[in-house]
Amino acid sequence: MGNISPSTAEIVRLSGAVPGAEHLLEVTNVRKAFPGVLALDGVSFRLKRGHVHALMGENGAGKSTLMKIIAGIYTPDSGSFRLKGQEIKLASPLDALMYGIAMIHQELNLMNFMTVAENIWIRREPLNRLGLVRHDEMRRRTKKLFEDLEIPIDPDVEVRDLSVANRQMVEIAKAVSYDSDILIMDEPTSALTDREVEHLFRIIRTLKEQGKGIVYITHKMNELFEIADEVSVFRDGRFVGEHPASEVTRDDIIRLMVGREITQMFPKETVPIGDVVLSVRNLSLEGRFRDVSFDLRKGEILGFAGLVGSGRSNVAETLFGVTPATSGAIAIDGKEIAVTNPGTAMDAGMAFLTEDRKESGCFLLLDIMANMQIALLRHGHARAGFVKEREIEALCQQQKQRLRVRTPDLEEPVINLSGGNQQKVLIARWLLTRPRILILDEPTRGIDVGAKAEIHKLITELAAQGVAVLMISSELPEVLGMSDRVLVMHEGRMTGIVDRKDADQVTIMELASQ
Amino acid sequence: MATDVSTAAPPTEAPRAGRRRLPPELSILGVMVGMMLLFEALGWIFVGQSFIANPLRLKIMILQEAEIGIIAVGVTQVIIMGGIDLSSGSVVGMTAMIAASLAQTEGYTHAIYPSLTGLNPIFPVAAGLLCGLVAGTINGSLIAYTKIPAFIATLGMMVSARGVADWYTNGQPIGNLDDSFAAIGAGWWPVIIFLGVAFIFHIALRYTRYGKFTYAIGANPLAARVSGINVERHIVIVYLIAGLLSGLSGIVHTARAISGQAGVGVGFELDAIAAAVIGGVSLSGGVGRMTGTVIGAVILGILTSGFTFLNVDAHYQEIIKGGVIVAAVVADQYRQRRRKSV
Repeated sequence: MGNISPSTAEIVRLSGAVPGAEHLLEVTNVRKAFPGVLALDGVSFRLKRGHVHALMGENGAGKSTLMKIIAGIYTPDSGSFRLKGQEIKLASPLDALMYGIAMIHQELNLMNFMTVAENIWIRREPLNRLGLVRHDEMRRRTKKLFEDLEIPIDPDVEVRDLSVANRQMVEIAKAVSYDSDILIMDEPTSALTDREVEHLFRIIRTLKEQGKGIVYITHKMNELFEIADEVSVFRDGRFVGEHPASEVTRDDIIRLMVGREITQMFPKETVPIGDVVLSVRNLSLEGRFRDVSFDLRKGEILGFAGLVGSGRSNVAETLFGVTPATSGAIAIDGKEIAVTNPGTAMDAGMAFLTEDRKESGCFLLLDIMANMQIALLRHGHARAGFVKEREIEALCQQQKQRLRVRTPDLEEPVINLSGGNQQKVLIARWLLTRPRILILDEPTRGIDVGAKAEIHKLITELAAQGVAVLMISSELPEVLGMSDRVLVMHEGRMTGIVDRKDADQVTIMELASQ
Repeated sequence: MATDVSTAAPPTEAPRAGRRRLPPELSILGVMVGMMLLFEALGWIFVGQSFIANPLRLKIMILQEAEIGIIAVGVTQVIIMGGIDLSSGSVVGMTAMIAASLAQTEGYTHAIYPSLTGLNPIFPVAAGLLCGLVAGTINGSLIAYTKIPAFIATLGMMVSARGVADWYTNGQPIGNLDDSFAAIGAGWWPVIIFLGVAFIFHIALRYTRYGKFTYAIGANPLAARVSGINVERHIVIVYLIAGLLSGLSGIVHTARAISGQAGVGVGFELDAIAAAVIGGVSLSGGVGRMTGTVIGAVILGILTSGFTFLNVDAHYQEIIKGGVIVAAVVADQYRQRRRKSV
C-alpha cells in the first residue's frame, strides 16, 4: 500500500471509518543525527490505543528528539513510521496534526495578546459567507470543549491574563480540539501545583477512555506510577527497554536510565585541598531557588548535579551577579561581599563560563582576539584608554597554544569555529583573568569527544594549581568523574552534598528526582 | 604573567603578511571609484565635460556631505553598538538656533539677547555642543535604564528637539552672525572637522577599550554583561557622543549658512544612517568600521553632485538614492548569510 496523503488521512479519520489497529503508532528503527551528535540510534517505540506511555531518560537521552520526530518537527534520517498500521511520512508539524498527532510543548506556544478562543481555533476559525470570523460560534465551540474537559476558563480572556497552569490547560484543550488520536505531552506538570496536576490527570484519564493514546514525558517518578500504563527508557540516544508500569520499580527505572558504563577516562588527580575560598550561606533568588549553602575550597572541584530546570544554572548566575540574590550571603576568603553585577564578581576573583555558548558567551561576529580579551580589559592592559595590543595579543597567543584552539590566526571570526574551539576561546577569555574561583556551566556540552577530554584535563590542571572549580553538568559520568564533591539540586532546593567516595549514579539520580 | 610577556611572544606563528586579510572597505571603495568613472563617462557623453577634473565641483560635493558625515561618525558608533539614532537631524536644528542666538554681531539691535552680542565664538560653540550632549545623554539614559527601544527613545527626541528649535524664536531665522563664528564654516573647515572627528573615532573604535566595548555590546549584549562590562553606562556614553557630534554638525551648518534656521537638518539622520549602512555598518550591530562610513558619505555626495551635473531632475535623484541605500543593505544581508553558511 502506498502512502496516503495527510488530507486524505484527515478525512478518513474524521469519518471514523478506519478500524482500530492495536497500535496507534509504531516507530521502528529510527535514526537521527545532528552535526556532531547522533541523537537517536535505531530507536523503536509503540503506542497502544487508550494507553499512557511514559518516556524516561536523562537529559540528552533522546526523548525530546523522538517526540519531535513523532510530532513532525524533525524528519528522521531513516526508520519506519506506521500510524494505525499505515506507513506514513511526516513533513511538517501541520502534517502531523492532520494525521491526528498533536503535541503540547513544554514551552507554551500561545499568542499572548489573543483570546483563549482565538488561540484554540487559529487557522480553523469558523467563517460566515463573507469570509469573516464568527466569534459567537468560536465561543460556543470553546465552551463545549471546556465543558467536556471540565476546564473553568472564560473563552474571551486574553491568554496573557491567564496563569501558567491555565495556559497549560488551554494548550491541552487546543490539542484535543484537533480530535487527535495521539497526544504528546512534554513535562506537562513542570509548572503546575499538586491540585492542578490532579486536574490534569483527570483530563488524561478522560482522554484514555475515549481511546486516545498519550505519550507522556516526565522526570518525576511518582507521576509515572500514577498515570502511565507503559514506560520506555532511553539512554544516550538508544532505546533501553519497554515495560508495563505496574511491573517495574523506581529503582529499576533509575538503573535503566543511568546504567551505562563510564567509557571516558576522567583524568582526575588527587590534589591537596586548601582553605575555603568561597562560602555561600542560604543564597536565594525568589522564584528560582532558595537556601543554597556550601563551601568551596582551594583546589577542589565541586560538581553541581540535577535535572535541567532544577536551579543549578540560576545559582551560578546569582553567584556571578548576573541575577543578584534576593537574600543570603556570599563570602570570599571569609569576607562577605555584595555581588551586584558581574563586575564585582570578577573583581573578587570569579570567572563564569555560561551554559549557552551562543546566547551569552560568544561574540559570534567578532574575531578570536576580541572574544578572548574582553574580560581581561577590565583588569588594566590599557593606558589612557588605549589597549596595549601587543601585550594582549601575546597573552591571547599563549592561551591559544595552551588550549590548542585550532585556527590559522586570531583574526578569524568566532562564528567560523567548531563548537569545541568556540568553547576553548571562551575558557581562554576567563583564564586570562587568572580567576581563583572558576564557575563552569556545562563546560563540555555539544562538543566532540576530543575537545571534551582536553577540557577535562585542563580543569584538573587548574584545580591542581589551586583554582577552586564549581562545575555544573547534566552528564552524570562527567560530574562523578571530575568532582571531589557533588551538590545535587531538585526544584530549586539543595537535596544534598555527596562526597566523591559515596557518589554513584543511583545516589545522585535519587537525590535529583526525589 | 605580565612581566614575562616579551619572552613568551609566540615565534612559532607563520609569517603574517602572506595571509593578511583584505580590508572589508575595499569593495565599497571600488563602488565609489566605479561610480565616479561612470559619471565621468556619462559627463563626456551627455554634457561634454569632465566630472572629476573640476576642483570646484569636488569641493562642493565634499562640503555638502561634511555635515552629514559628522553626524554619521556618531551614528556609526551607535549602530555598531546595536542601537539607532533618529534624533540627529532635529538636534542639528536645535543647536543651530541656540548657537546662532549667541553668535550675533556686536551692537545688533534686533538680537535675540541684545546684551549677549559680539561674544567670543567659544560661547556659541560651547552652548551648541552642550545642547547636543544633553540630547544625547537623555537618549542614552532612556535606552539604558528604562529599556525602551532605541527607535522609540530617539524618535521622541527627534520630535521634541525639533519642537525646541521652532519654539526658540517662533520659527524666525536668526541672522547677523559674527564673522569670527562664521569662520568655522568657511573654506575647507567643515571637511577638516569631519575628517578630524572621523579619524579620532576611527582610532577610538579600533584601539581603545571604549571601542572594544562598543563592538562587544553590539555583537552580544548579554555576553558583554557577563564579561563584566557596565553595559548601561556604556550605552549612555555612546549616545552622548552621538549627540555631541550632532551638535557639532549643527554649529558647522550654522556657521556655513551664517544664519540659524529652525528647519535645518530635516532628514539628516536618515542620510547619516544611509552613509553608515552603505559603508558596511550592520544594523544588527557588532559590525562596521569608520572608514566605511566615510566612504559611504562620499558615495552619497557623488550621487547628489553627479546627478546635478547631469541635470537629472531632483525627484529622480531621490528615487535612485533610495534604491542605492536598499541595494547596500541587501548586499550586506547577502554577505552575512554567506558568512553564516561557512
